[in-house]
Amino acid sequence: MSQNISRRDFNKLLVSGVAGSALGLFGMARPAFAAQNRIVVIGGGFGGASAAKYLKKLDPSMSVTLVEPKAIFYTCPFSNWVLGGMKTMEDIGQTYTILKNKYGVNVIADTATGIDTVKSTVTLKSGKVLNYDRLIVSPGIDFKWNAIEGYSESVSNSSMPHAYQAGPQTVRLQKQLLAMKDGGTVLMCPPGNPFRCPPGPYERASLIAHYLKEKKPKSKIIILDAKDKFSKQGLFKKGWERLYPGMIEWRSGATGGKITGVNASSMSVMTEFGTEKGDVINIIPPQQAGKIAFDAGLTDASGWCPINPITFESIIQPGIHVIGDAAIAGAMPKSGFAASSQGKVVAASIIRLCQGKVPAPPSLVNTCYSLLGPGYGVSVAGVYKLTSAGIVEIPGSGGLTPMDADDDHLNEEAMFARGWYNNIVQDIWG
Amino acid sequence: MQVTIRSLLTACLVSSALLGMGNEASAAAKSVQEQKAEEACVVDPRGEILSLSCASCHGTDGKSVGIIPSFYGKSPEYLEAALKDFRSGTRYSTVMIRHAKGYSDEEIRLIAQYFGTVWQNNK
Repeated sequence: MSQNISRRDFNKLLVSGVAGSALGLFGMARPAFAAQNRIVVIGGGFGGASAAKYLKKLDPSMSVTLVEPKAIFYTCPFSNWVLGGMKTMEDIGQTYTILKNKYGVNVIADTATGIDTVKSTVTLKSGKVLNYDRLIVSPGIDFKWNAIEGYSESVSNSSMPHAYQAGPQTVRLQKQLLAMKDGGTVLMCPPGNPFRCPPGPYERASLIAHYLKEKKPKSKIIILDAKDKFSKQGLFKKGWERLYPGMIEWRSGATGGKITGVNASSMSVMTEFGTEKGDVINIIPPQQAGKIAFDAGLTDASGWCPINPITFESIIQPGIHVIGDAAIAGAMPKSGFAASSQGKVVAASIIRLCQGKVPAPPSLVNTCYSLLGPGYGVSVAGVYKLTSAGIVEIPGSGGLTPMDADDDHLNEEAMFARGWYNNIVQDIWG
Repeated sequence: MQVTIRSLLTACLVSSALLGMGNEASAAAKSVQEQKAEEACVVDPRGEILSLSCASCHGTDGKSVGIIPSFYGKSPEYLEAALKDFRSGTRYSTVMIRHAKGYSDEEIRLIAQYFGTVWQNNK
């Protein structure tokens, strides 16, 4: 079971959660009616910014502090569009001005360096200390730098970018693509599951192919994959044959795709079957929860954070809610949409808890659009609820764009992908 | 064991359904108009939690800024019928059919009630 909670744990969770809260015991260390409902949110990405905004939108009396070091947050969604030459970095940069000025979120441009779970405080890099009644941790991902021999943070910052946290990494990969000669080879190496944005690497391959087809048509892309199958595989492979015949080669883990190491000076990667050289090499390393989650003891042996799926409260540290990519959220993928959906559920639940009321059962959604070309979009949707098996997808709902979707449908989904981006960033940061 | 889990899950749902009871009981003594006016302002927590995700594609409170249809200002009746038509496939969609199939009649009613009234509270 992906959720990693046994039936007995689920019983305990409901007993302590629902029955407990009915008796006013929810979050025992925290009074049901705190004098000030001080909520601190660590991380201003899709999860954290959604939680901060919706806490204030649903209950303006809440005191909400958002800790995020970046003045401009570049979204991973649509960063592949930048690589494809269809968007600029400016298009995908979000700021916190409206959260601050319109919604009254106290935005602090700083990095959370420590959490004291006994004193209920967060220490910032500047030395400042914040007190909280409830804490939301939305730290995103970190990379496992020791997982691929020769691939370090400094290699990622020079010859082989990951571009899997948008920003300077995206710019680096784009510059390398722009500088590559026609007839060059782009190597892309996605990790095994679980990782952030399961269709992300394959949308990236598609949009790099779009750029190459227009500007450097003799070039090719080889995807050396740690996995034997990937998200929306049928839809991607069909689209690649139609739009970019012969340009994208995908090798599964079982057929030599799994990489064991890299050599930055010779621009090559090692697989179980031999060595591959590339002119541009994009390594997407295996991932784990963001650093602060480890430092605060919120992670389990998997490297991710187990949570109570009703309120996303950590099952290790009471009073701390973990959302987004870092959380183990059952059947939900690690996506920006999922993180935002969780941020809203947490906001609504925390408001109920602060009022001494029972949170409503969670209802969660995910929709991920992937663009294969400017007028060629596909999607995967999911509606999720809580059962004794954790957060599961509701049978009969969700799923993929049909394999036999016609060109009008694919074009409409490409337009909706743009519409989705405009609305989700407005819903979170606007 | 199975029975225990089921009854606990039921408890979770029932206890949250009971949340609204106080409002309903106190509303009993009021006129129909007063009751309706109050309903528009009292947000059902179940409806709220079912509805919030919709805003990611359709905009905050259903007010879209892009090509995806807006439903801000629509009535609960309109929204309920639209969601049911998407679910049955009577109304064409690319992705809405996949979403709508995830909700029961009761959940669709709650979502329609939420978005059909939330804009009135913004006035």
